[in-house]
Amino acid sequence: MTADKGAASTFESVEVNLKDRFIATVIAWVLPGAGHFYQGRHGKAILFMTCILGLFIFGMTTGGGKVVYASLNTEGRKLAMICQAGVGALVFPAWLQMVHVEILHKQEPLLQGFMAPPRNFNPSSRDELAEWHYDFHFKYEVGTLFTMIAGLLNILAVYDAAYGPVFVTPHSTKMEPSSDNDWLQEV
Amino acid sequence: MINSFLFANFLSLRLWYALPLVVAISLVYAATRHELMVPILQHAWRMAVGIVGFMSIVFVILFLLEWKFL
Repeated sequence: MTADKGAASTFESVEVNLKDRFIATVIAWVLPGAGHFYQGRHGKAILFMTCILGLFIFGMTTGGGKVVYASLNTEGRKLAMICQAGVGALVFPAWLQMVHVEILHKQEPLLQGFMAPPRNFNPSSRDELAEWHYDFHFKYEVGTLFTMIAGLLNILAVYDAAYGPVFVTPHSTKMEPSSDNDWLQEV
Repeated sequence: MINSFLFANFLSLRLWYALPLVVAISLVYAATRHELMVPILQHAWRMAVGIVGFMSIVFVILFLLEWKFL
């Protein structure tokens, strides 16, 4: 049976050396794309790093640097941090600030307030979080969205570093795999 | 002159924030499905076209609803 040219482009036999999966997974979570650099998959590493870090940085700048923080007090923000945590080390300052301000009850945040949680939290009046929304309008939500999606995309990248790509298989009526083709091989 | 909230949103550039999202999501998702760069880019292009097409259909539906009932 003649292989369909369009389908052939989605059916590829490649050898992927995942090396130490645990190290690759951890590194991939800590810094988007780093796990793929460790595995020697430089093209995908550059792609993941550019896309995920680009989204995160764009979101941070759009939201005035206020869209990423961790807080034990703000009810509506916990979901955002769950997604943003997928980016790894980039949100470590937020966790550090939360420990410093809300657990250790220090007056002034570290790092000149970078990724610090909003203070004077008061849902019934205008607090610092309300001021951020007022200052940046819709851009605050856009920035939050971008950083959340960056975190979720890095989860996909971490999975790719741990288990390799989930290859698209050809439709059974269009093409039959050759017996000489090598599927994903682990070294 | 068309008085449309949807067109105002379109022209006010708010919808353009979706463009980097579409590009990044398409590329990352395609990269999790392939290993070689050419299939990645091909899959990403098809996915981006699909996303933009779906958004366009929804845009047209919302525009017609607004034009008809408002």
